Amino acid sequence: MRGSRKKSFRGLFWIMPSFLGVLVFYLLPYGDVVRRSFLGAVDEKFVGMENYRTVFGNTAFLLAVKNTLRFTAICIPALILLSLGCAVVLFRSKYGGIIKSAFLMPMALPAVSVALMWRLLFHSQGLLNQWLVHMGIAGSDWMNTKQAFWVLVFSYIWKNLGYDIVLWMAGLAGISESIYEAARVDGAGEWQCFVKITLPNLKPSLYTITVLSFLNSFKVFREAYLVAGDYPHESIYMMQHLFNNWFRSFSFDKMAAAAVVESMVLLLLILLLQKAWDSKEAAV
Amino acid sequence: MQQNTTLERNQPSTPRLSRLKKKFFDAPGISWESMPAAVRKFHPARKIGWCILALFAVIALFPVFFLLAGSFMGDDELKVYLGAVISGSEGYADFPLLPLYPTLRHYVEIFMDTPEFFVMFWNSMKITFGVLAGQFVVGTMAAWGFAKYQFPGKKGFFLIYMILMLMPFQVLMLSDYLVLDWMKLTDKLWGIILPGVFSAFPVFIMYRFFMEIPDSLLESAKLDGAKEWQLFYYIALPIGSSGIISAMVLGFLEYWSLIEQPMTFLKDKSLFPLSIFLPDITAISKSGFAFVASVITFLPALLVFLGGQDYLERGIMAGAVKE
Repeated sequence: MRGSRKKSFRGLFWIMPSFLGVLVFYLLPYGDVVRRSFLGAVDEKFVGMENYRTVFGNTAFLLAVKNTLRFTAICIPALILLSLGCAVVLFRSKYGGIIKSAFLMPMALPAVSVALMWRLLFHSQGLLNQWLVHMGIAGSDWMNTKQAFWVLVFSYIWKNLGYDIVLWMAGLAGISESIYEAARVDGAGEWQCFVKITLPNLKPSLYTITVLSFLNSFKVFREAYLVAGDYPHESIYMMQHLFNNWFRSFSFDKMAAAAVVESMVLLLLILLLQKAWDSKEAAV
Repeated sequence: MQQNTTLERNQPSTPRLSRLKKKFFDAPGISWESMPAAVRKFHPARKIGWCILALFAVIALFPVFFLLAGSFMGDDELKVYLGAVISGSEGYADFPLLPLYPTLRHYVEIFMDTPEFFVMFWNSMKITFGVLAGQFVVGTMAAWGFAKYQFPGKKGFFLIYMILMLMPFQVLMLSDYLVLDWMKLTDKLWGIILPGVFSAFPVFIMYRFFMEIPDSLLESAKLDGAKEWQLFYYIALPIGSSGIISAMVLGFLEYWSLIEQPMTFLKDKSLFPLSIFLPDITAISKSGFAFVASVITFLPALLVFLGGQDYLERGIMAGAVKE
């Protein structure tokens, strides 16, 4: 509050070392990427919106976008609901800690270790099919058919369930016990409490959990890549596969345009979120 | 009612139960019988919930047991169980949870015969600790600046960090490459470490913890004549240490299994970290190695996880709770 000029620049001094790095490693090169998105790949001549047109007409790009949207539309709601259910059961219970540890463990398991497991599990002669055959269900060649998509959905939920449970529990811990007490005295049942008190009070957490889950969804590429390589079954061909393949063929023009488009879409989402956050918290 | 007595006998120390008891049994005129049906039904429902949860937990942990068991199996045993997948024999793979003839042979082999493995392990260490050390110096300062100072353009700077934190690698991939190419850092470990050092994520986590340090404490330290750097060194670092550790634990898990960056920027195999080393399992003799390699890759992350789980959770929460 005693904001003399000298004092106000002191804060800048603290963030400067970090910000210079951010500037050099992220902001300036990103500016270059934006510039390149308007240039031809070979001669670096100005081509206007040509690269953007190419990208939007690219079948691989459209496939990756379609898969990403489909993956997001299925995984995020599934993960959020599942983790909410788990969090509510685990919250303030005696054995919650141990079970929560089990759910968090996949976060620590490196993707290469997971990939070994997945390759043995989802092989056409693998463990999963063996179990299914025992139960009298026909198996499938999981990684080379449309089922690959569901393997990826499973990987994502398996990996992120613990993360989201912790986030929900943080939200649950923020609900004051006295509200429940008042409701119970008024004769509200457990289910009524959940619907009328718990859910509305968790609404602010929902924004952030959605965004964090969304961002973690980009990391499923790791398992997809390690199990299926550069050209997996088309149902799990993600944006990162496309960027990698463009990178290898030095198609920097397309990469630049696609990166700008994707960052703009994400930016829009983030700004919406920021608005939601700001309404809760007055000043940063 | 029976439910009531069983509950009281079996878990008298559950906080939930004592809360319930306090609320319902001590209040005049309210007993278990008079409670709404929904509350009475709630316990069996919870039991089902717990069964499902336990099942999920087993699924979550299964890969860990699986890899551990496999790493202690000899070639013969692996061949019996996994032959169908690895060498294309008939039938399906099978797997017990415990090896019948446990052996340390593959561990010995990896320690004796594969110096490349240690090079990779060491590369992983260099990347992970290089990034964490850099974040510790640069990130804590930035987080402190954001948490406790007002300066022109602060909101704008913070927004930049937030946006960066939320961008996936694919968006920043080309810009990353351009700057590394310009600095002649492609195919060098520094090319992986430096962008990681300036990652916005740890700044954000530590910022949330530094915010909680009361201003009054800083004011009184200032009155006692503390300089700015002393506030940082003697107050922010010790009091915010749990935030710093949280950021470091999350960072360790992230950089220990980093895939996209080394895969994109490193060509020289002698620089590969463990996180992109995928041993081939096309032969039984190699699959034993693959299991051991997976376990050894996992071990450091496991240690950090077990030692820092509380911090991990607090770090995760710091990303979400806005108060």
